[in-house]
Amino acid sequence: MKGYLFILTSLWFLYLVSCTPTDQCQTLPILGNQDIQGTDTLYPEIPDFNFMNQDSQEITLATFDNQFYVVDFFFISCPTICPKVKKQMLRVYHHFEKEPRLVFLSHTIDVRHDTIPRLKSYAEGLQVDTDKWHFVTGSEEEIYQIAGHYFSVARKDESSPGGFDHSGRLILVDEKKHVRSFCDGTDPESVDQFIKDIQCLLDES
Amino acid sequence: MSRKRCAWIILFLVGAALIGCQLPYEQGRELYVSACANCHMEDGSGLAELIPPLNGSDLVRRNPDLLPCLVRYGMEGPVTVNGITYNEAMAPVTGLNDVELANILNYIQYQWGDPDRFYSPDEIRRILKGCDSRPVILDFSAEE
Repeated sequence: MKGYLFILTSLWFLYLVSCTPTDQCQTLPILGNQDIQGTDTLYPEIPDFNFMNQDSQEITLATFDNQFYVVDFFFISCPTICPKVKKQMLRVYHHFEKEPRLVFLSHTIDVRHDTIPRLKSYAEGLQVDTDKWHFVTGSEEEIYQIAGHYFSVARKDESSPGGFDHSGRLILVDEKKHVRSFCDGTDPESVDQFIKDIQCLLDES
Repeated sequence: MSRKRCAWIILFLVGAALIGCQLPYEQGRELYVSACANCHMEDGSGLAELIPPLNGSDLVRRNPDLLPCLVRYGMEGPVTVNGITYNEAMAPVTGLNDVELANILNYIQYQWGDPDRFYSPDEIRRILKGCDSRPVILDFSAEE
């Protein structure tokens, strides 16, 4: 009997040691294919872009100088995953509302319908500070192209509900314009981890 | 009491508890998740001031007869829920027959509105006959 008790206690202890999740930060990798040139390793960077936000202000990569930012792709009349993803993006926004180093960037993929006034009223409906969260439109081609750099899909597809095919990822970009983390914006648990990743990256820098 | 008898009683009690815990509108819940939860969320909370909540909504509770037409044909124009005005159009929910529509609405009322409000498929048909086959336009607030 004593033998059994000992084994059970040991197993329980092992379980505790091995399965308790740690909240310790690990350095987030730079995502994407590295390019090794001689002794240098080059990491992919987000290329420059030129969009307009809900207040008709020009938004380029320089807008995010010395800042980290979170990205998503959506369209206002989206009948599928967009509202769920936006709810999670809003959760991340509220979590870091007082953090000046982190801002948010949402791209519409339906540039025909999501005009600047519509984006403005959408931002007002979400009740967010538009200095911290930009809702942008621009050239359709440029938006679809830049999505690839954020490991996301955005394209027209008449067979998809609403007429567009797109992924529901939230993507984290660091101050050197490297993608450092992403999550599935339809899955709250994945977003929990994403929030931890953002915090770790902010703490590290 | 014999051990065997005791085991049977426990089994019966556990079974009864499990049956008692089941939601009365299981199909309604499943349909809600696939047809409505993308926008109104699984917990019926909606999205900020863009998509109104169903959970605790005064419109759901006070205007139950509007809901069948709203779901079947969609809605345009502003709508006031719990004192907040929302102004995004709602697309019609296609592909639901009258029984499924009744099940969804029964689930919504039971879960977040008036649990005693029950829609029979016949009532759904009767209400639908009275509404135009186009998106509902509400020109009044739920408060009134």
